[in-house]
Amino acid sequence: MTTTVAHSDATDSPYALSHLDALESEAVHIFREVAGEFERPVVLFSGGKDSIVMLHLALKAFAPAAVPFALLHVDTGHNFPEVLEFRDRTVAEHSLRLHVASVQDYIDDGRLRERPDGTRNPLQTVPLTDAIRELRFDAVFGGGRRDEEKARAKERVFSLRDEFSQWDPRRQRPELWSLYNGRHAPGEHVRVFPLSNWTELDVWQYIAREDIALPQIYFAHEREVFKRSGMWLTAGEWGGPKDGEQSENRLVRYRTVGDMSCTGAVDSDATTLDAVIAEIAASRLTERGATRADDKMSEAAMEDRKREGYF
Amino acid sequence: MTSTTNPITAEALSATTLLRFATAGSVDDGKSTLVGRLLHDSKSVLTDQLEAVERASQSRGQEAPDLALLTDGLRAEREQGITIDVAYRYFATARRRFILADTPGHVQYTRNMVTGASTAELAVVLVDARNGVVEQTRRHAAVAALLRVPHVVLAVNKMDLVDYAEPVFAAIAEEFTSYAASLGVPDITAIPISALAGDNVVEPSAHMDWYGGPTVLEHLETVPVSHDLTGCLPRFPVQYVIRPQTAEHPDYRGYAGQIASGMFRVGDPVTVLPSGRTTTIAGIDALGSSVDTAWAPQSVTLLLADDLDVSRGDLIAPAGAAPAVTQDVRATVCHLHERPLRVGERVLLKHATRTVKAIVKELPYRIDLSHGLAHDNDPEHLEVNDIGAVVLRTAEPLPLDAYADSRLTGSFLLIDPADGTTLTAGMAGEAFAERASAAAAAADDEGWDF
Repeated sequence: MTTTVAHSDATDSPYALSHLDALESEAVHIFREVAGEFERPVVLFSGGKDSIVMLHLALKAFAPAAVPFALLHVDTGHNFPEVLEFRDRTVAEHSLRLHVASVQDYIDDGRLRERPDGTRNPLQTVPLTDAIRELRFDAVFGGGRRDEEKARAKERVFSLRDEFSQWDPRRQRPELWSLYNGRHAPGEHVRVFPLSNWTELDVWQYIAREDIALPQIYFAHEREVFKRSGMWLTAGEWGGPKDGEQSENRLVRYRTVGDMSCTGAVDSDATTLDAVIAEIAASRLTERGATRADDKMSEAAMEDRKREGYF
Repeated sequence: MTSTTNPITAEALSATTLLRFATAGSVDDGKSTLVGRLLHDSKSVLTDQLEAVERASQSRGQEAPDLALLTDGLRAEREQGITIDVAYRYFATARRRFILADTPGHVQYTRNMVTGASTAELAVVLVDARNGVVEQTRRHAAVAALLRVPHVVLAVNKMDLVDYAEPVFAAIAEEFTSYAASLGVPDITAIPISALAGDNVVEPSAHMDWYGGPTVLEHLETVPVSHDLTGCLPRFPVQYVIRPQTAEHPDYRGYAGQIASGMFRVGDPVTVLPSGRTTTIAGIDALGSSVDTAWAPQSVTLLLADDLDVSRGDLIAPAGAAPAVTQDVRATVCHLHERPLRVGERVLLKHATRTVKAIVKELPYRIDLSHGLAHDNDPEHLEVNDIGAVVLRTAEPLPLDAYADSRLTGSFLLIDPADGTTLTAGMAGEAFAERASAAAAAADDEGWDF
């Protein structure tokens, strides 16, 4: 039983935007709001696909002018060399300014201690929050998406952080229409997530549509890997394989790119964007479930790290 | 998008569109189960997520996986068994991508439903078939009407518990439809479902031959998402001025923004508000390509023929159809914060891309959403979750539309100037009731334009 009070057309108008156009337009709007309302914004840029898409959107949002933001990368010291090389090439190509906060420096001078499991992802929080404070950034763009994880599903597009970078879910402001409230006290800052409403598949479809270059490790390649906690980790000086772990050569690719110590590769023969998209569309695992050891730690792992100031 | 002269391109046809919708209803109505089933049956829940739900269900001694756990996000909520906020969910079918604002339905969370409904093109209101339309149902219908959500779905749930009986459904659908229509909701669709058993959520029910309409998912996939643009007022809030000042672009001066409503064409005469100066559109840059026309909600850059002083916060509108600028704002509001709103309070008002100082002059009435929209005149203050009328005086003139005419240029936030807290959501003009009686008088009204 359908009761239609007023007449409505059953098909989409020719002016309905495609979902990629709608998401792109929303993200560009978010970048421009921050440019209009903040003094010192910065884009977190790791050379991973989400941050590459963020940068691409920022370039489009302000063309033909330059992007009015610097970039910030938290280098764990265990990043993939191919990705660092890509990062530096991208920065040079667009004449951008890059700040690097180094976890290795913190470990070398004793401000941070290596964890027994060798995982460096949780160690990023301190260098990140120090860099934000020392360089006085008031808006920090992150590539986080709400589809990634349950604790992120309630994240705002503009997420207020106190002077310790802490996230308090009960202090977050309601976001209505497309009105973003970026007001903050001195010392506080706002984390901004332009890709909030994107899914992993949207990101890949957009990369394909816009012909965006990515580091090669996102595509299938031969790599020496070993199995730990059910994931294929890259063998190398950072800490593996250890006793009892066997390394072998496999055809793999990465679905996410983070610290080598906790980012797993997936078996794949997808060497092109189309093949990657087909693989993701058919996948029965989420991106984080397939590739991130740190999120498997507890039911509330991400919630806890977010509270402490993580991305 | 490279050409906009003919929008029907192969690319546009093969692309899927985006639907933003909101759900309202309490745990008892089975809302989390409905949302879980939509995600699960549309194959949007992946193995690792399902395994996590199964583990959590088992640890609580439940035999079957509790699909409601898919949507409970924060540990604070899991421990207390409540939903404290709007959660956004994403799923897709071959026809559409969906953004679901999942809002808790409890009375004290009116603000959450208001938040979810503000961006929604469709709202799903759940009722329990055994209880029918209750006070909370009327409240949800009122919020959808107030926020001018164009499409409302009434999902009559737990049909399995009333023997899938048509008369039960028909009576509830009839009562709800006449109530929502009286509030001015232009499009209402009632669907009998069982979220637990899966009837009419994704798959058609085998138990209700008497129902010939769409399943919930079919309806979500086919409801029109874009309204007649030619009937909308063109509105362009300026976000940012792009001035490269490079050797390649020494004189480029573009006004960047997202079209809030309607369509703009190169050559259109336009007025810049609040100054009131007029010029014409000399060019439109649509994120890298030069186009002749652009429409909502595209983010573009407008180039103007004359060198006017235009900056962030200005509004560009057609020369003949610009909103009046005013410092006296009458609006319907939902108060969002625990700190009450009082007469005499000094606030910041954020409208589109402009933020101005304002003072609360009057609080004419509060509306009781559950008791026939009764007005409580001259309340002392508005508390969190209160809906009421507000009169404000702003320090600077604003180009404010009526919310009924334009959701994005008729809405605003009130912000605490001391700590930046978002206090209140505002919609310029009178609430739904007056509008509905006007609409009833004009029976051939074609519905709202957005």
